[in-house]
Amino acid sequence: MAVSDTERSPTRRRQPSNAKSIVGLTGPAYLWLIVTILLPLAAMLYFSFLSDVPLPGRDWQVTLSNYAAFFQEDFYRTLMLRSLRLGFEVALWCFLIGFPCAYVLAKTIKGRWREALFLMVIIPFWSNALIRVFSWTMVLRGNGMLERLLDWLIPGFGSLNLMFTYEAVVIGLVHSYLPYMILTCYISLSTIDDDLIDAARSMGAGRLTVLRRIILPLSMPGIVAGAVLIFVPVIGSFMEPRILGGREGTFLGTVIEDQFTSVFNWPLGAALSFILLACVLIIFAIFQPILRRAS
Amino acid sequence: MASVTVSHVNKSFGEFRALDDVSIEFADGGFYALLGPSGSGKTTLLRQIAGFSFPDSGEILIGGEAVESLPVEKRNIGMMFQNYALFPNMSVFDNVAFGLMVRSTPRHEIKARVGEALELVRLSGYDERKPHQLSGGQRQRVALARAIVFRPRVLLLDEPLSALDKALRLGMQVELKRIQREVGITTIFVTHDQEEALTLSDKVGVLKDGKLLQEGPPRELYERPATAFAATFLGDANLFEGHVEEGELALSDGTRLRATAPLAGVGKATCAVRPEKMAIAEKGEPLRADHNHLEAELQEIIFAGNSLSYLLRRGDIHLRVFAQNRATAELQPGQRVRLTWRVADTIPVEA
Ligand SMILES: Nc1ncnc2c1ncn2[C@@H]1O[C@H](COP(=O)(O)OP(=O)(O)O)[C@@H](O)[C@H]1O
Ligand SMILES: [Mg+2]
Repeated sequence: MAVSDTERSPTRRRQPSNAKSIVGLTGPAYLWLIVTILLPLAAMLYFSFLSDVPLPGRDWQVTLSNYAAFFQEDFYRTLMLRSLRLGFEVALWCFLIGFPCAYVLAKTIKGRWREALFLMVIIPFWSNALIRVFSWTMVLRGNGMLERLLDWLIPGFGSLNLMFTYEAVVIGLVHSYLPYMILTCYISLSTIDDDLIDAARSMGAGRLTVLRRIILPLSMPGIVAGAVLIFVPVIGSFMEPRILGGREGTFLGTVIEDQFTSVFNWPLGAALSFILLACVLIIFAIFQPILRRAS
Repeated sequence: MASVTVSHVNKSFGEFRALDDVSIEFADGGFYALLGPSGSGKTTLLRQIAGFSFPDSGEILIGGEAVESLPVEKRNIGMMFQNYALFPNMSVFDNVAFGLMVRSTPRHEIKARVGEALELVRLSGYDERKPHQLSGGQRQRVALARAIVFRPRVLLLDEPLSALDKALRLGMQVELKRIQREVGITTIFVTHDQEEALTLSDKVGVLKDGKLLQEGPPRELYERPATAFAATFLGDANLFEGHVEEGELALSDGTRLRATAPLAGVGKATCAVRPEKMAIAEKGEPLRADHNHLEAELQEIIFAGNSLSYLLRRGDIHLRVFAQNRATAELQPGQRVRLTWRVADTIPVEA
C-alpha cells in the first residue's frame, strides 16, 4: 500500500520539514486573517449583545434587544427586503449587460483588439470609487449630461428626473460591479472549446439553442461566481445609495452606517450587520444545490 | 444520403490561397478520403462542405441542391471532430440525443434511436456516463453515434482517429468501415495518414497547397501516381530524373529506362518506381526483355524481421528496395548488384 511504502522509504525523515513548510507558508496568511477579520468580527458580535457602547462613563449591560428590534419593527424588515431586491436586481443587470460583453471578448474578438477592450473593462476598477459615483451625479441630475444628450437626440424629450431615485442607485451600482461579472464570465467562456459550438451547430442547433444548451450551462460557474461577488457587497452598500439615491437611497447598508457614524449606536449597527450576514448565509444555503451543480 | 459536388471552389484568407479551384465529386454512399500534408487545406475544404465557412467563389451541391447560402445548421450534415468535442455537461445519452432534440423528435422516438445508435457503435449501457468517464476510444464512438443518429445526408470526419494510439486506431478503422457500410452514408474523411486513406476509402483525393492533385480509387492512385508528390506521399517511391530520348528516359549517365508507355515530348522527364516492385537480380539470372535493369552499389541492409530494406546508390541517385525475408544469396554492403523491375512498373510522373 502507498502508506506503508512512504513509511519505509528514505524520504520519511523529510516529512516533518514538509509539515513545517506548510505551516511556514500558510501561517502568516492565517495569522493576518485572524487578526484583521476574526478579532474585529468577534468584537462586533460582542457589541451586538450590549445595550450601549462599552465606554467608561456609559451604562451598559448584556441584552438581546438589538436583535429583537429587527423583528419587532416592520421598518427593518422592509429595508432588508429592499436591500435583497437591490442585490438581485444589480446582479441581474450585471449579468444581462456583462455576459454578452464577456462572450464577445472571449469568442468573437481575437488578438490585440481583445487586450484593448479588456483594458477598457478594467480601467473603471482603477479609478476612485467616490469619483466614479460623483461623476454619475453629473450625468443623471436634472438637466445633466444624460438629459441633454437625449434632448439633443430627440428634441422635446423633456426631463427624466433620474437623480435621487432607486433607478439611479441601480445604475451606479451596476457600473461599479459590472467588471466582476465580465471577468468571471470571460474566464468561464474562454475555457469552452470552440469545437463544442461547431459540433452543436453541425447537429442542427441554431444560435439560441447553442446558447441555451451549451454556452450558458458551461459558463454557469462564472455566472454564479460573478453573481455572488456582486450580490454580497451590494446588499451592504451605502455609498452609492446615499449619493445617488438621496432620500430614496435608504437601505439596510445605509442604516447600519448611520448607526456607526452619526447615531453612534454601535450595538444596533452590529446586530443589523449580523442579521444581514445570517440572511446571506441562509440564501446561499437554500441555493446550495444549484450553486454546487453549477460549479 | 446524398452525393456531394464541389466545383471550382476558391477560398482565401487574406493574401493566402487556402483552396485553389478545387473540383471534386463525392458519389452517394461512397467512402472518400481527402489526403494531404498538414496545411494543405483539407480542413478548410471540409469546413466549406459543412457550411462553417463559405467559399469566395465556386459551387457546392449536396444531393443536387446548391447549399452555398445555407449555414451549417441548415445543411443536415453529421460531423466528427478531431478531439471528439463531446458536450462535457451532458451524459452520453444526451450527447447522442442532441441532434434529435434540436429537430423536436418525439421523446419515445429519441429513446429508440439513441439506443439503436449506441448499439451500432457497441456502447449500449453507457447512456448515463459523462464524457470524462469514458476512454478515448469510447468517446470516439459516442462522437460517431452522435453524428449519425439524426440520419444526416453526409458524414464529415476531420482526422477523427489521429488522437488514438496505434492499436486503437486500427480497431476503430475497422469499426468505422463496418458502420459506414451498415448505414450507407456518404462519408468524407480527412487524413494525413496515407495508410489510413488507402485502407478505408473507395476513393482518395490528394491535396497539396490548396490544389486537388489527383483523385481515384486507392489502388489506381498507388499504382499510377500522376505526380512525384503523389508518388512519394502515398507510399515510398524511387524517382528517376532524366530527359526523353526516343520515347525512353535517359539518365544523366546515359542509362536508358523504358516506361509503361513510350514517353511523349522532349526535354526533362521523371519516372517513379515503387521499392517493392524492384528486385536484386541473382547471379547469372538472364536479362529479361520486359524489364529495366540498373547497376547500383548496395550501401545498407535494414533488417525488420519478415522484411528487408536495401538502401542503394548509383551516382547521386539514392534508391530503396523492399524485399521479403527470403534471401537466398548473402548480400554484403559495398557489393555491386543489378536491379531489375518490370517496364510496366516504371511510371512517368510530373515532377
Ligand atoms: N481562419 C483562417 N485564417 C487564416 N488562415 C487560415 C485559416 N484557416 C486555415 N488557414 C490556413 O490555411 C491553410 C490550410 O489550413 P487547413 O485547411 O487547416 O490545413 P489542413 O487541415 O490540411 O492541415 C493553412 O496554411 C492555414 O494556416
Ligand atoms: Mg486540419
